[in-house]
Amino acid sequence: MLKDEDRIFTNIYGMHDRSLTGARARGHWGNTVDIIKKGRDWIVDEMKASGLRGRGGAGFPTGLKWSFMPKESDGRPAYLVVNADESEPGTCKDREIMRHDPHSLIEGCLIASFAMNANACYIYIRGEYIREREALQAAIDEAYEAGLIGKNASKSGWKFDLFLHHGAGAYICGEETALLESLEGKKGMPRMKPPFPAGAGLYGCPTTVNNVESIAVVPTILRRGADWFKNFGRENNAGTKLFAISGHVNHPCVVEEEMSIPFEELIEKHCGGIRGGWKNLKAVIPGGASVPCVRGENMREALMDFDYLRGELGSGLGTAAVIVMDQSTDIIKAIWRLSKFYKHESCGQCTPCREGTGWMMRVMERLVKGDANPSEIDMLLDVTKQVEGHTICALGDAAAWPIQGLIRNFRDEIEDRLKKQGSLQKLVAAQ
Amino acid sequence: MIRRLHPDQPDSFAFSPENQKWAEAQLTKYPQGREASAIIPLLWRAQEQEGWLSRPAVEFVADMLNMAHIRALEVATFYFMFQLRPVGSAAHVQVCGTLSCMICGAEDLIDICKEKISPTPHTISNDGKLSWEEVECLGACTNAPMAQIGKDYYEDLSNERFEELIEEWRNGSAPSPGPQNGRFSVEPSVGLTSLLEGEGSGPSENKSVSLAKKFNDTIKKIDGTEVKVSVHWNKQ
Repeated sequence: MLKDEDRIFTNIYGMHDRSLTGARARGHWGNTVDIIKKGRDWIVDEMKASGLRGRGGAGFPTGLKWSFMPKESDGRPAYLVVNADESEPGTCKDREIMRHDPHSLIEGCLIASFAMNANACYIYIRGEYIREREALQAAIDEAYEAGLIGKNASKSGWKFDLFLHHGAGAYICGEETALLESLEGKKGMPRMKPPFPAGAGLYGCPTTVNNVESIAVVPTILRRGADWFKNFGRENNAGTKLFAISGHVNHPCVVEEEMSIPFEELIEKHCGGIRGGWKNLKAVIPGGASVPCVRGENMREALMDFDYLRGELGSGLGTAAVIVMDQSTDIIKAIWRLSKFYKHESCGQCTPCREGTGWMMRVMERLVKGDANPSEIDMLLDVTKQVEGHTICALGDAAAWPIQGLIRNFRDEIEDRLKKQGSLQKLVAAQ
Repeated sequence: MIRRLHPDQPDSFAFSPENQKWAEAQLTKYPQGREASAIIPLLWRAQEQEGWLSRPAVEFVADMLNMAHIRALEVATFYFMFQLRPVGSAAHVQVCGTLSCMICGAEDLIDICKEKISPTPHTISNDGKLSWEEVECLGACTNAPMAQIGKDYYEDLSNERFEELIEEWRNGSAPSPGPQNGRFSVEPSVGLTSLLEGEGSGPSENKSVSLAKKFNDTIKKIDGTEVKVSVHWNKQ
């Protein structure tokens, strides 16, 4: 188990002093100017060396992403945009950083912006997080008043402005280009790529979009060194990670742990075990709604990292939002609920997604009731394949994967239900 | 989902003086010529002031930002937090119904809304005080089931507690938000498993709850006097 001294988010529950004074006492803002003085290349190289993979779900190496930004400005300003539109069902980790440990994020914004030649950074927080917005704005004000950010940020000579912006309840704005559209005052509809944001992002200027957690861990990594961070987790899955465990565990919680921690250890140490014991575990969605579910028996031994969950179980770590479901759960209905979510949240731009999410939800609805022909299971699978990969952004894929996971792992249960409802018999009689 | 403007619209809209000041300050966050960026925050403040978003409000904001009205209407109809029809005069109850909340009892909460408020969502109760809807994941999944009312999250709800809360909101009061089962924030409810040092020496409630108590504006119509406007970025 990760030791407290190795945790990056030392006030994630908000039980200690949440002000700037408290943050300083916990080590934030200590030698920011020394980090900045080491220069842009050193920061980017150190981030690359740390092995940090983006914490927003896709797991793209953060240092590498930063290195895509132009080294020299062509006259256009560069921007860092922090994606705080935390909306992936099951995910509730960035909220805790913003309301309880905000200075880790603000200091990270300064360092990351400096590394990317950006004098301005926008944090796009989801509209529903109103108190979190107030908490974060108050922390930003504190940082301005103390001269940590602003005209001569932390006495580094770097001018840095940090703006807090918010959305209004659209999941799709968590997609980076939709977020940029929304930040420009438009409907949150994803853009075609290329051009990638590093070439033409916010207001047509070079932009990097990073998740809150990816940015908030930066100061500690640079302070303690890439090797320290790399020390945790398996090769290619470095670091510590905030896990958010919800659903049928005895004590759901958000907790920072070492990457690659075994699922059983995570649940036993922090969540008081599975409700009703391990035999009562039915299924787990290990990385937020968009990743396929995994059967309980395959999950117990699983290592919680990107490569294990994808490679061994055909799922993913995503945002490390672990949704646990016990035997009392109607798994077909659970996945139907996610289909309903995606239907609700499709922006309507691409036909396969706009129409497909509705089709998938309606077929799922009938599978829940058992009111379907068994051949429709394969038809549904076929529809998911026709949506997947045929849309501008990944929402279509995200809508397809939970259903594919359901059919792969629980096909027997769907067939049993259809049988029970007599659909099979009716079919036989009709023939 | 088709979202249209309500057939009955007020004649006009204007920000309260404090809200107007706040709105003008928001424009300075964005580069010159990019004021349209401020549309969501401004529409949201208009809704906070009035309770819902009317056509005159959308057009007022569009004019303020030099945007074509249709562009502002596009934004108002695209984002689900904008209420395009009147809501209950005391509170609009938003129950999270997505997976984590659903498997932890959100369906019961929705049944309670149907019984205590109105049988259908987005419908004002007979006494005019409350309305409700099921919303998608609000991002408080380890505190499931939960609901948002005005600015605040009420978390770790039981059916009984939710019924009590509905009556309190109906009467125009907003009890302390946050976890309703004695939990502090998102730690394991039986006690800490990490960050044990200095336990119990800090603040007595989580940040969201302390802000709610400080401003006392959970279900208040916002006129701009609650939270002070802070503009640090234009200082030269």
